[in-house]
Amino acid sequence: MSESKLAIPELGAVEVHGLTRSAFVLKGALAAGAVYGAATVGPFVGSAFAQSGSGDVDIVNFALTLEYLEADFYKKAGALGLSSELKKLAKEFGGQESEHVDALTATVKKLGGTPAKRPTFTFPIKDEKSFLKLAQTLEDTGVAAYNGAGPAIQSKEVLGAAGSIVQVEARHAAAIRLQNGQPPAPAAFDKTMDKATVLKAVKPLITA
Amino acid sequence: VRELERDDASRKRFLKMVGGGGAGAFALFLAACGSSDKKDSTSSSAPATTPSSGGSVKKDLEIVNYALTLEYLEADFYEKVVASGLFKGAQQDTIKMFGEQEAEHVDALTATVKKLGGTPAPKPKTKFPLDDAKSVLKLAATVENLGAAAYLGQAGNILNKDVLAAALSIHTVEARHASALNTLLGESVTPDGAFAKPASMDEVLPKVKPFIVA
Repeated sequence: MSESKLAIPELGAVEVHGLTRSAFVLKGALAAGAVYGAATVGPFVGSAFAQSGSGDVDIVNFALTLEYLEADFYKKAGALGLSSELKKLAKEFGGQESEHVDALTATVKKLGGTPAKRPTFTFPIKDEKSFLKLAQTLEDTGVAAYNGAGPAIQSKEVLGAAGSIVQVEARHAAAIRLQNGQPPAPAAFDKTMDKATVLKAVKPLITA
Repeated sequence: VRELERDDASRKRFLKMVGGGGAGAFALFLAACGSSDKKDSTSSSAPATTPSSGGSVKKDLEIVNYALTLEYLEADFYEKVVASGLFKGAQQDTIKMFGEQEAEHVDALTATVKKLGGTPAPKPKTKFPLDDAKSVLKLAATVENLGAAAYLGQAGNILNKDVLAAALSIHTVEARHASALNTLLGESVTPDGAFAKPASMDEVLPKVKPFIVA
C-alpha cells in the first residue's frame, strides 16, 4: 500500500502510537493490507503483527474514526425534518455511537496509544429519504469494517469490546433497513471490508 | 493460563450440569462439546486425536459444535413456524428468509467442524410451543437475542482466525435477526444499550434445554 493509495489523507495523518505517518505507512506496507484483509489472514501474519505491539491500537483508532462519523451523522440528522419515530431512532442510535466513541477512546489510551482526532464531516442528507439511505450504508459499512478487522485483534478484551459494539451496529443496520423496506439481513453471512475499502467509501464524507 | 483454567472449570460445570440433568437426553450436548465420552467414539475421537495443534483445535471444535447445535435449533424452529401457517405475507417471507439463513449457518458450521478434523454435532430433535403468532414472534426474538449473545460470548475464545472470521460474520446476522424481531414486537432493537452483552455456554444451554426432546 503506497501513500498515494491511502483513500483519506486526513485519516492517514492521525498519529498512530507515536509513529509519524510515513513510518506508519512504511510499516503498514506489509501489515495494514494483510491485517485488514483479516478473513484471509493466516495465523502467521497475525502473530507476526502482534509482536509489533501496535496492531490493536491501529484497529481501535480506525473503529474510533468510524464511530466519530456515525455519531456526527446522527447528530446532524437531528436538524432534519424527520418524523417523530425517525427522530427518536436517530437520537437513540446517535447516543449509542457517542458511547462507542468514549469507550474506544478509553481503549486506545489503555493500550498506551493516542486516540485518533475527531475529523470534520459533511453528509449529503436533506430529508428522510436521503437520511435513511446514507444511514443504511454507514451502518452496514460499520458492520463490515468491524467484522473485517476483528480476527486481527490480539487482545481478548479488545475483541470482546469490538464484538459487543459490532452487534449493536448490526442491530442498527437491520432497523434502518426495515425503515427502507429492505431485508434486515441481506445474506446469511455478513460481508467484511478491509480498512482501505472502508476509508475509500467514507472519504467523500470527510472534509478535514 | 488463567483463561484455560477458567474454561476448564466452566466445562466441568457444564458436563456436570448435563450429566445431572439426565445423560441420555443431553448426549447431543456432550457431542456438541467434543466430550471424551468413551461410549460415543464417533463424535469424540476426532478432536481428541487431531494431530499437532490438538489442544487449540479441540477447543475451537467445542465452540463450533456448540454454535452448530444452536443453529440447528434455530433452523428447525423457523421450519416449524413456517409450516405452522401462523404467519402470512411479509412476515411469513421474513421468517422463511431467516430460517434459510440459519440453515446456511448449519451447513457452514458443519463444514467448519469437518475442516478442523472433528465430527459435527448431531441434529437435535426439537419441540417449540407454537400457539399463536404473537408468542411465536416473542420466542423467535428470545432465541435470536440469545443466539447473538452466545456468539459474542465465544468470540474471545476462538483461536483459529478463519473460524473467528466465520463466527463474526454469523454473529452480526443473528443480531440483525434479533433487531428485526424486536422491531416487529415494538421493542427496543438494542435491549442492552450501546454495548451488547455476551452469554456463556453455562448461561445459554439451560435456556435452550426446554426445546430439546432427544
